[in-house]
Amino acid sequence: MTQVKFKIWRGDKESGEFKEYQTEVTEGMVVLDAIHQIQAESANDLACRWNCKAGKCGSCSAEINGMPKLMCMTRLSDMNLEDPISVEPMRAFPIMKDLVSDVSWNYRVKEKIKPFKPRKPDNADGSWNMQQKDVERVQEFRKCIECFLCQDVCHVLRDHEKHEEFIGPRFFVYSAALEMHPLDTEDRVPDLKKSQGIGYCNITKCCTKVCPEHITITDNAIIPLKERVVDEFYDPLTKLFRIFKPKRGDD
Amino acid sequence: MAEYETFEFDVLIIGAGGAGLRAAIEASAAGVKVGLVCKSLLGKAHTVMAEGGMAAALANVDERDSWKTHFADTMRGGYYINNWRMAQLHAQQAAERVRELEAWGAVFDRTRDGKIMQRNFGGHAHPRLAHVGDRTGLEMIRTLQDHGIHQGIDVHMEFTVTRLLMDGDRVAGAFGYSRELGKFKLFKANAIVMATGGIGRAYKITSNSWEYTGEGQSLAYEAGAELIDMEFVQFHPTGMVWPPSVRGILVTEGVRGEGGILKNSDGKRFMFNDIPENYKSSTADNPDEGWRYVTKTDREARRPPELLTRDHVARCILKEVKEGRGSPHGGAFLDIAWIKEKIPDGEAHIKKKLPSMYHQFKELAGIDITQEPMEVGPTTHYVMGGIRVDGETQMSTVPGLFAAGECAAGLHGANRLGGNSLSDLVVFGKIAGESAARFAQENGSPNIPDDQVNAAVEEALAPLDSSRATDAGGAYQIQYDLQEMMQDQVGIIRQEDEMRAAVEGIEALKKRAANVAAPGNRQYNPGWHTALDLPCLLHVAEAVTRSAIERKESRGAHTREDYKEKDEKFDSVNTVLRKGPDGEMQVSLETIPEMPEELKQIIEDHR
Repeated sequence: MTQVKFKIWRGDKESGEFKEYQTEVTEGMVVLDAIHQIQAESANDLACRWNCKAGKCGSCSAEINGMPKLMCMTRLSDMNLEDPISVEPMRAFPIMKDLVSDVSWNYRVKEKIKPFKPRKPDNADGSWNMQQKDVERVQEFRKCIECFLCQDVCHVLRDHEKHEEFIGPRFFVYSAALEMHPLDTEDRVPDLKKSQGIGYCNITKCCTKVCPEHITITDNAIIPLKERVVDEFYDPLTKLFRIFKPKRGDD
Repeated sequence: MAEYETFEFDVLIIGAGGAGLRAAIEASAAGVKVGLVCKSLLGKAHTVMAEGGMAAALANVDERDSWKTHFADTMRGGYYINNWRMAQLHAQQAAERVRELEAWGAVFDRTRDGKIMQRNFGGHAHPRLAHVGDRTGLEMIRTLQDHGIHQGIDVHMEFTVTRLLMDGDRVAGAFGYSRELGKFKLFKANAIVMATGGIGRAYKITSNSWEYTGEGQSLAYEAGAELIDMEFVQFHPTGMVWPPSVRGILVTEGVRGEGGILKNSDGKRFMFNDIPENYKSSTADNPDEGWRYVTKTDREARRPPELLTRDHVARCILKEVKEGRGSPHGGAFLDIAWIKEKIPDGEAHIKKKLPSMYHQFKELAGIDITQEPMEVGPTTHYVMGGIRVDGETQMSTVPGLFAAGECAAGLHGANRLGGNSLSDLVVFGKIAGESAARFAQENGSPNIPDDQVNAAVEEALAPLDSSRATDAGGAYQIQYDLQEMMQDQVGIIRQEDEMRAAVEGIEALKKRAANVAAPGNRQYNPGWHTALDLPCLLHVAEAVTRSAIERKESRGAHTREDYKEKDEKFDSVNTVLRKGPDGEMQVSLETIPEMPEELKQIIEDHR
């Protein structure tokens, strides 16, 4: 139907540049379809990650016209097709090749977060009782598809490169899911303060804006975790209280 | 000769979806050294796309449910050619596997009394699917991943295995390339578990991702393992049909479980027209009864016909389309918005129970499912057939080679019930991991002859040879041509002459694939990756086609225009594929061992 121009970043960790391609765009196409078409027609070795093509796996993250998005959920009909559409890899991570960035840092970070530690089962068959309203808060966080777009947009990582001291929005959401899990008995608050850099976040909410799963990262995950840090480390009364009262799974 | 790095494990798991991860966790718990390789990043495997839930007779919603009923439902759904031992173990152990996921951090939806919630699904007599909205697969894979990363498993991500290596008859290792840099690795292992999933990429319209190219089935077959029942490919009745770029993407059966109905272009609810004999007594005969079943307000109500098995629903939709009553883009209408007439705040209810469907249609098709019906049609979804395994251990016919999940065969027979896949993954993932660890401990390290490794290196580098001529489109074009042909000639409705033509077509494509060229180098080069996927895809396409020719009847997911009825000759028969001495694919029919009396009795009791 219409021929559309794409400026696609080609290169590796040493060097690279935008190259222009053209392909036909038909009804309902998303950016990932265009990338696949270009791959088949004129750039067989164009590297891109993808899997489900339905916004469920979080593999095809990229920066489209400068905005961090999933390529599979970005419809071309919502974009201005007069000007070339630029597609480039996530910039907060090292580039591997073309549209693929090296996200292995995220996997290393996750391993350092203390795992789930449930309280003893409530019932003889090893099961627990939980109310729907009590699990809903955690279910919001567990929608995360690990696309790492929130990490990509976060200025603490992207501009200040604090990868060694700051775990980023994705892992605050992960920590919140564990900390607020009705069954969990672990305490991750000291780590959040000391080695995971939650203090660096100045709640600009960029992460919330780009989340394709619409998780309210800042308000529902990061701010409550910051409050727990304050409670545990800076509030003398709570601190005293906690010495005498063992931590429950949730409050 | 190109270089390769060598790794040694007691147990190597190939594939990191639900089955692979569960197998790795179990093998690791047995104290052996475990390696796990996966084609994508960890946590992105196809399990992530499972939506509706995980079937297990927890009896949280209806206390009449039991493993026996689950067993009988699974056998009936599979037209009784299932591996009955696997169906029994699955039904008995699924509940424990669900509770174990909860102990590892999964957060399922809850009943009013705080237990794990269960929903209705096709072919299940009671509400049986533990779920999290319509993103149950994500919950499962993330739970297994987050638990698995603390178990000392050595994970190699974005790595594709191109060959299994043998020490005589016994499996001895695997060879392949890292997708990111194209570097070769050799994994030596005492035992290997295949958990590679399905074959959907052999078809044009599919709910499966690029990963589903049939490596597990193909590499096991090459290594001498038998495949069974490959003709049974499940076409899920409800895939998206419009716009073209999303054609095939799955629309969960959960929509129908929550009360969604199928209508044709006349606005008529057509599923009441044709109810198979063996489901008549358990299916509602009017809309009102169906609704009472869905809402669980009447324990005696029977399920609506939309919840009949997938093979049947897919055929009914095709019939409407064929007879001119289809939707504008060649499907049927699936309507969940209508439940607003029945329940207060229906809009919020739909969004709560089917959030990702709401999201998917809103963003990809511009349709609000709380207001208008969806257009849906059949899409290639799952293969019931696969690597033949022993029901107790999940070992294939090759010593040391195990299989679990979709790439293994037996549990589902001729047709899989929705929800039985997620439970399959964890039940048999665990068993395979356990058995592989035991095999590894009991048998010493095998040897891998150098010539096998050298041949594997050569084979992997061949498409990059710059002297090869590139035909237009290269590997991508061969893949498209195969998908087109399989869709047309070995699709939902099959007949002998078309399938014979497909066998010849596959031979021609094999010749093209043998000379395919991939421009560029080894670094993250999808053209090269696609070229190396082709032999596997062609193998499984041939396996499906040859088995389908041999089964001269219609049963479950296998429907033939030239043999329209079920034939008792095939009542207890598996189709078996083996690699012949000259490399040809041999097909035979084998009788299934007789079921013990106690299991026969369970089936009788549930007629």
